Amino acid sequence: MNLYGKAWKFGDNLDTDQIIPARYLVTSDPEELGKHCMEDAEPEFAKKVRIGDVLVGLKNFGCGSSREHAPISIKAAGVSAVIAKSFARIFYRNSINLGLPLFETDAAERIEQGDDLELNPATGEIKNLTKGERYQAQPLPEFAREIMAAGGLMKYVAKKKGLGNAEGPTPSAYDARQD
Amino acid sequence: MPMTITEKILAAHADRKEVHPGELVTCRLDLLMGNDITAPIAIKEFEKVGATSIFDPDRLAIVLSHFVPAKDIKSADQCRIARVFARKHRLKYFYDEGRGGIEHILLPQEGLVVPGDIVLGADSHSCTYGGLGCFGTGVGSTDLAAAMITGETWFKVPESMKFHFYGRLAPWASAKDLILYTIGQISVDGATYRAMEFTGEVVERLPVDQRLTLCNMAIEAGGKSGIVAPDAITLEYVKPRAKRPWRLYTSDPNAAYHSVYEWDVGKIGLQVACPYSPDNVKPLEEVAGVDVDQVFIGSCTNARMEDLRIAARIMRGKKVAPYVRCIVIPATHQVFQEALKEGLIEVFSEAGCAISEATCGPCLGGFNGVLGAEEVCLSTSNRNFPGRMGHPKAKVYLASPAVAAATAIRGKIAHPEEVAAA
Repeated sequence: MNLYGKAWKFGDNLDTDQIIPARYLVTSDPEELGKHCMEDAEPEFAKKVRIGDVLVGLKNFGCGSSREHAPISIKAAGVSAVIAKSFARIFYRNSINLGLPLFETDAAERIEQGDDLELNPATGEIKNLTKGERYQAQPLPEFAREIMAAGGLMKYVAKKKGLGNAEGPTPSAYDARQD
Repeated sequence: MPMTITEKILAAHADRKEVHPGELVTCRLDLLMGNDITAPIAIKEFEKVGATSIFDPDRLAIVLSHFVPAKDIKSADQCRIARVFARKHRLKYFYDEGRGGIEHILLPQEGLVVPGDIVLGADSHSCTYGGLGCFGTGVGSTDLAAAMITGETWFKVPESMKFHFYGRLAPWASAKDLILYTIGQISVDGATYRAMEFTGEVVERLPVDQRLTLCNMAIEAGGKSGIVAPDAITLEYVKPRAKRPWRLYTSDPNAAYHSVYEWDVGKIGLQVACPYSPDNVKPLEEVAGVDVDQVFIGSCTNARMEDLRIAARIMRGKKVAPYVRCIVIPATHQVFQEALKEGLIEVFSEAGCAISEATCGPCLGGFNGVLGAEEVCLSTSNRNFPGRMGHPKAKVYLASPAVAAATAIRGKIAHPEEVAAA
């Protein structure tokens, strides 16, 4: 299934304090967190983002705190995927665990604010419809693909351990639209 | 095959003779940790999949540290989720306000982390534990939830970077200056996905408090972990408090490293990370004289006894500068008590500092010392990204407790020598 959306472009080292400031960590409610997504980097983001839009950063996206509230708020804001030249380790792990598709490629530099994008999470292919260009992101490791395919880490573990309620992570606004 | 200390610890927990960087391995975990921000999400995920028991309740520590004592109704509700869960599962290692403190200082202090361990903490500064010769790394809440069920997790075996410090530390210089210098040299993503191993005669002489400071900020260079090989100093610290047996690992002399840096610490001196990034590091001399509104001595980086002693030495008999405020937060309840007995709390109080029970509060702009727009703070904590300690336009400088104490007295960024001598 391909994802479609407009690019929101950010720079290097976009840290999790800017993605979701600590003053909002008093809750873990996705809807509430989604309202403050990217607030300290782009105060208008949560109001202006459209469902399916794509975050584009450069190097070390998601560095800093381990707060899972960062990918939760990104998903809840309606963002369908994140593209960056490189990701910080904990953000990368959290996103896989929550089923948020990540695309790691140097071509993130080519993408500009507002570009129309078509993404294929299975192959890592990115089409820049505005510029008429194609980029290839590094495929996720097989283990990570298994977690994503299961619908996130908790579903994966629940299935493996034979637990009753393999519900998986909270669906994002984007997933909800697909249903 | 020769291995690094990190590779040996991972191999032992994966029941393997050896592991190679880049391999994915599943490891048994010795200790899991969650706090009042990360544990509630993990608990929800744990319960949502129908899990009813923790693989071993004595290997899960929950520490309320960030927003305690509760700053508002919402944070009280988060703490309550953790308290109810701790009681339900009869957690032996549950730490509430007044008895605990900041997790990364508390767990080593309580002997819950020992050399050779793998510690999985739902907080990015879980790399701190490496100061005791174990593999500690930060993850998110869902990784914690899964590990609460299975007792294991997957790791990509990291490449190791070696940072070798030799020579004599400059007067007033400490582990904080060494790690700030390191981050300044390699940048905030210079160690991404890698283990940072700290070696050399300088590190071998550091007390455990400072080794924990050194490893604490590995994450600020993107590191997966930081580590110092355990030795006699480690054991002297560990023996009286360990709640579990330990195992000592060291790197083989010809182990392979991604890169090796060797620095003469005599040339490093006092360091300050300037706004808005922990790698924007300059020698103290270049930023001395910058006016500040607030000084914060606290956080998981620098609020142990050693840190408070040096700050008190500089502040004794002096007053915090007019129109400047200084907040001192001992890292744990026990550190607070020791500081009280040693008379350090009195020194800070007489100087006009605001002192509080242990909390992460100001470091993450949570409460108890949040900055307004355009305000300038010199802090002993670990991050100074925009908005980290409050308003996105506030400016945070990171430095050691010695520089912080001198700065509080002068009201501008100052060298400890000029204040101590005055």
